[in-house]
Amino acid sequence: MSETSIVETQEPLQEGMAGVVSDFSSDKQSFHVHWGKAMMWIFLLSDTFIFSSFLIGYMTVRMSAQDPWPLTSEVFALSMGGEPIPLLLIAIMTFILITSSGTMAMAVNMGYRKEKKKTFYLMLATAILGASFVGMQVFEWSKLILDEGVRPWANPMGASQFGAAFFMITGFHGMHVTGGVIYLLVVAFRVKNGFYERRGNDYSIVEIAGLYWHFVDLVWVFIFAFFYLW
Amino acid sequence: MSDSGQQHPLSIYYWIWGLLFVISAFSYAVDYYQLQGTLRWTLILIFMFLKAGFITAIFMHMTWERLALQLAILLPPVFLMVFIGIMAIEADYTFLTRIEFFTESDFVPVYHHDSGAGH
Repeated sequence: MSETSIVETQEPLQEGMAGVVSDFSSDKQSFHVHWGKAMMWIFLLSDTFIFSSFLIGYMTVRMSAQDPWPLTSEVFALSMGGEPIPLLLIAIMTFILITSSGTMAMAVNMGYRKEKKKTFYLMLATAILGASFVGMQVFEWSKLILDEGVRPWANPMGASQFGAAFFMITGFHGMHVTGGVIYLLVVAFRVKNGFYERRGNDYSIVEIAGLYWHFVDLVWVFIFAFFYLW
Repeated sequence: MSDSGQQHPLSIYYWIWGLLFVISAFSYAVDYYQLQGTLRWTLILIFMFLKAGFITAIFMHMTWERLALQLAILLPPVFLMVFIGIMAIEADYTFLTRIEFFTESDFVPVYHHDSGAGH
């Protein structure tokens, strides 16, 4: 194949709409990025539709519910020194996830600078923050199930659809975080033991794993706005 | 193209990181100070889109990607607006149907029916 093909001209890539046309009409490659990055983006796009379906389903049951929707501000309040602070745990979880997004962004940057040690420790920090997020979610769930008696089919606070929407949406997001922690740990230890160094010293995988992690944070932004604040 | 890696000065990450913290604090403040009504919903949406935008644009490097990738990823979610619209109509219909058929007799519905059919 390679003998017959004409030598590829290394023309500079065009910009703007002309670039879009030439990218999509090109012979071999539309997206001029690492293949893993293109695939991760397409996976994240499909995941966007899954989470959107959940959130739209939640919108549908909440709009059509006759009973009043439980006040999330009070349901998720935490008592500090005797008086309840609204949404405190959720706010802490939000800040933890943002912090982990920051450490991940730094890890990506250090990866491209081939700073193995720094990349490893920043990814490890990201994974630990992610794990603590999941831990807080376990606390939140057990508080809701055991103390408040929330079930997917009923709850003492109001509209019975609340439980189904809550467990489905936060459960699926929590699963994504858990998967992300495992993914990050695998990549982090491979960075540390020189796995990528032996394969062309290419640290694109750190950016690709980072895309997934930022997406998990991104989804939480929407869950926080629509489920907890609305 | 393994050399297509995104390398940017660290300062931009620090800035966005700090900004995300500030915006998050603002959206938490919306609940903390119990703002209600249109103001609450507007602020929630503004802070949500700001945060989502900064994460996608800077942390996920979308700003620096080529237009072909930007369009391929960012255009399809626009169709979700149609989905949201359809389901909002559906939810309204379900709500009205429930008012019509599942309401206790001592409940006075806000919904006014024209056909004169009794409940």
